[in-house]
Amino acid sequence: MSLKELSSLEKALGLKKPNKYSTQGDRKVPVLQTINGQALVGLVTIATHLVQEAKRPELLGGSAEHKAVVQQWLEYRVTKVDGCHKEDIKTILKDLNSYLEDKVYLAGNQFTLADTLMYYGIHHVIVDLAVQEKEKYMNMTRWFDHVQHYPSVRHHLPPVVVLRNRVYTSGHH
Amino acid sequence: MKLFVSDGNPHCVKVLAVLEFTGVKCDVKHVNHEERVVPYLSRPALPALLLPSGTHLFSPNSICQYLIELNGQESSDIVNQWLEWEATELQPAVMHALHMVVLQGKGAETPRVLQGPLSYLDQSLSQRTTLFLTAEMVSVADVVLWAALYPILSDSSLVSGNQTLQLWFERVGMLAACVSAAQTVLQGKGLKAESLKTYLQRQPTTHHGQGQVQGRGTQPCNSPEGDDDDDDCVLSEEEIQSAAVTWGKGLTDLPMVPERQHPILPQEGKRNVLVTSALPYVNNVPHLGNIIGCVLSADVFARYGRLRGWNVLYVCGTDEYGTATENKAREEGLTAQQICDKYHAVHASIYQWFQVDFDFFGRTTTKKQTEIAQNIFWRLHERGFLLEDIVEQLRCEACQRFLADRFVEGTCPFCSYPEARGDQCDKCGKLINAVELREPTCKVCSQTPVVQSSKHLFLDLPKLEAELEQWLERSTGSGDWTANAKQITRSWVRDGLKPRCITRDLKWGTPVPHPDFSDKVFYVWFDAPIGYLSITANYTDQWEKWWKNPQQVELYNFMAKDNVPFHSVVFPCSLLGAQDNYTLVNHLVATEYLNYEDTKFSKSRGVGVFGDMAKDTGIPSDVWRFYLLYLRPEGQDSAFSWVDMATKNNSELLNNLGNFINRAGMFVSKFFESCVPAMALQQEDKRLLAQVGWELKQYINLMDRVKIRDALKCILNISRHGNQYIQVNEPWKKIKGDETDRQRSGTVTGVSVNVACLLSVMLQPYMPTVSHTIRQQLNAPPSVTGTLLQGTGNFVCSLPAGHHIGTVSPLFQKLESEQIESLKKRFGGQQPEEEEEAKPKPKTTAQPDVNAQPDVNAQPATTPASDPAAQTAVNGADAERARELTLAVAEQAEKVRTLKGQKAEKTVIGAEVTKLLELKKQLSLAEGKDPEPVLTKGKKNAQPATTPASDPAAQTAVNGADAERARELTLAVAEQGEKVRTLKGQKAEKTVIGAEVTKLLELKKQLSLAEGKNPEPVLTKGKKK
Repeated sequence: MSLKELSSLEKALGLKKPNKYSTQGDRKVPVLQTINGQALVGLVTIATHLVQEAKRPELLGGSAEHKAVVQQWLEYRVTKVDGCHKEDIKTILKDLNSYLEDKVYLAGNQFTLADTLMYYGIHHVIVDLAVQEKEKYMNMTRWFDHVQHYPSVRHHLPPVVVLRNRVYTSGHH
Repeated sequence: MKLFVSDGNPHCVKVLAVLEFTGVKCDVKHVNHEERVVPYLSRPALPALLLPSGTHLFSPNSICQYLIELNGQESSDIVNQWLEWEATELQPAVMHALHMVVLQGKGAETPRVLQGPLSYLDQSLSQRTTLFLTAEMVSVADVVLWAALYPILSDSSLVSGNQTLQLWFERVGMLAACVSAAQTVLQGKGLKAESLKTYLQRQPTTHHGQGQVQGRGTQPCNSPEGDDDDDDCVLSEEEIQSAAVTWGKGLTDLPMVPERQHPILPQEGKRNVLVTSALPYVNNVPHLGNIIGCVLSADVFARYGRLRGWNVLYVCGTDEYGTATENKAREEGLTAQQICDKYHAVHASIYQWFQVDFDFFGRTTTKKQTEIAQNIFWRLHERGFLLEDIVEQLRCEACQRFLADRFVEGTCPFCSYPEARGDQCDKCGKLINAVELREPTCKVCSQTPVVQSSKHLFLDLPKLEAELEQWLERSTGSGDWTANAKQITRSWVRDGLKPRCITRDLKWGTPVPHPDFSDKVFYVWFDAPIGYLSITANYTDQWEKWWKNPQQVELYNFMAKDNVPFHSVVFPCSLLGAQDNYTLVNHLVATEYLNYEDTKFSKSRGVGVFGDMAKDTGIPSDVWRFYLLYLRPEGQDSAFSWVDMATKNNSELLNNLGNFINRAGMFVSKFFESCVPAMALQQEDKRLLAQVGWELKQYINLMDRVKIRDALKCILNISRHGNQYIQVNEPWKKIKGDETDRQRSGTVTGVSVNVACLLSVMLQPYMPTVSHTIRQQLNAPPSVTGTLLQGTGNFVCSLPAGHHIGTVSPLFQKLESEQIESLKKRFGGQQPEEEEEAKPKPKTTAQPDVNAQPDVNAQPATTPASDPAAQTAVNGADAERARELTLAVAEQAEKVRTLKGQKAEKTVIGAEVTKLLELKKQLSLAEGKDPEPVLTKGKKNAQPATTPASDPAAQTAVNGADAERARELTLAVAEQGEKVRTLKGQKAEKTVIGAEVTKLLELKKQLSLAEGKNPEPVLTKGKKK
């Protein structure tokens, strides 16, 4: 539910006045009526707007390159993760896992909006993973655990338990 | 900075347009669609931008935004918004439309798909006063949206109206950057670009829209089951009507497939298809992985080709030369030839059991082999493609011989894998020269071999490289090469080719005819592929009509991926160099590996099922074929699992496919005296025809491209549609109604039995015996096999009203969990064979019918009273107790039935059912059966032993409580669905709606169970939406 996400994001950003949102279309795309009468449509667009409003530009990345990477994972979240087919879930987990092999956060060493939205978007998949699967996608799970423990990120979602010690030590399967 | 793009990929239009628009300096590299540029993504993602830091950007819009940013422009909320809209709303619709227009030729339907986003864009543009989307100036949003729409809007016939949009589109399209990007990627041809078609064909079929009619299993995981509107909306009226027209044509005006007559030779005007499967090495008994990897896959394709009316020749044989054979001969005290004779027969009988229908199964140790191999050798020699060189070779002094590659093991010089073989490293896949191995050991005696020199001949691959690459380009461009085959080949050629030794210091091989090398034989990889030719030559003297006829013949090679380089590089080089107009491979079909229960097959450890053991399991050959093909490692490795095999057998074959076909046939024989009733098609029936017709087209489309596993899913989808159709229309009830109802029952039965007949044909490549049995049961005319699969598929009425069917009986048998557990143990390699043998086997004796009647599905699992076998198997007190319980169960079951009949309170019935279940459990225990079968544990649809729905006896669902219950539930679901819709319409409180949706889901689940279907798997659990 993208509205819950946006309200959690507002809290995480420390925005005082909660915004009013509506949705449009079958896919329930969020809509924000801004003060100047303009309507913003789309989860990423609104989230980006909120970050700017909160004066936290670092959450969108510093350099041009950094920004592009953040933008890319935001787009990945709304195009690939949302509405994915069952058979695609494994691919997504696998790809994220290998991408995160040498990274702390999605955009490298810095926490960004991409982490927050990806965390919200993939939470429902991770809660259903078995311990063995979590170990299989170890890097992804580590990232997930980092993010859910990042100060004030996890608002509307239940915590997912991640074991620190491996249970299936021999298994690469 | 480097930008990777591929021709025909519409996403590349936008990045190229933006690149030129911004004027940013950047190398542009054109690559293949399958090129995996971004290392961490498992599917190819293009376009991709490699940044100086080594980071990849793979999303087209982020690349565009980055380029704009480099150019000094900040992006704004409104630009972001358009880009997000493009990615989430417009793009899926455009891809769906492109699929329909370009691949399915359904241009007329694009407006339906595109209407929403296009009019949204048109309105937004009309409301603005500016020339462009966001300002008076062109922004990145304009270029991105233009590029997304370019293929569609450049064809004015597809969309009309939307005036403002059209004007804006033309305005943006005048930018030089846009013109040139469209030219580069789609040759300025828009939809008609051939490269676009190629691109779309390579996209996974589950993409947006494509899979919509498939319904089950392809639904987005986070769309709740609560408000799905079935698949109804997707089929257009046009499609439904045209399906009905096709149906009406009947069998008459379609051509027959002629009988096979040997020798099969290429024919003018026919599609001449030569199919080979990698030659199995004679001295190993093939395991399941070998079987699915080549012979079985090739068999399915060859059978399919024959059904399609192609002129197919399928040849294979045993590869018999080499040291391994020599050694085996020494071990068994026979000559090498005797060993080959013995094992050739073993192989032949295994494949026969698996019903692999070779046109000829030969061998490589023949005169023809020597003749043809030596001829190719001399031609290569005369044309200067052979080099002489001194080779250092490993020789084991203890064994007194040169060591063949497979008899040396050591550490890989490339990746340091300690168990690299003498010719190739299993870990990194690189080819190795045996002398380069670090710390080599002789595999026979474990001594360290010494290096000795000897003179050898080499095939000069570098000299043939240019010609090879030209040919590869043509073949991979036009043929159906699997992605792994292309990738392996590409990496070989890219690494540069080196001369390859074609001679060996052995005895057992094809002798090298050159006098200077008289004590040598050909290296097996020069020699073995020539086996395809010589085996054909042993089949017919006119073999050259197949093998020296690339103009008329299409060659398909099937193999596992480790065999690819020899078929795509080494052997083609031999044939190209021989310059004798040889037929080269057009379609190279390589599988990944099949594992066994998450480990490797291992003969020495006794792990895994080997070809000769499959028949000892008592599981029919067709079921083996089905399961192996169901998990054919197509695109990625897969694993054989006993539990999974049982699950697939019980859920897909028994409850889905078998259930449907059996019900259809039973209705005809029970209600209509085995005579197909008259059919008056209503809209609903035509819709089913269209759904089935669509799956049939998909099946043909996939099979034509050798997607064997994917095509099998289409068959299962059809029977799922069929089951649903029967369930909704309830012919078994209507038959008891008035005249209209009786007619309706007749129509539904008639349509169903025709779907069953179609299924029998589609099944033929996969399960030949079952297919034949169905056709016999339905007394289907022989012409059906040839006609239904012609062209793009014709689902015609092949069993018209008045047609008499034969005797119908169940097709599949349940695999019980204890049987599976014992098989798992037997082939698991954990226990020595003797220990297993010595143990008493009460479990297997409890169900002797498995072996006794493998084709009869008459296992009364839930009615213990009629299970005398189970009773005799237990002795003493237990038997006594079992008898008592059997009686108690029967009594209690009667009580439940009576209560249901009286429409008693649900809670009352529930309580009695619980008692009944408890009794059944005790009975199972008393009979020594596991009451909770492991194979279904944890699944929601568990308990095949207790839920009546999955009981094969209740399969027909005509009788008794089950169908009754399903009908009740169907009503309840409809009612509850209505309630939810009303609440939503009234914009009721979310919590209220939520509670009702939960009830609805629960009802649907129960309905699925009552129908013997899998309820939706657990993945949707915990969804927030």
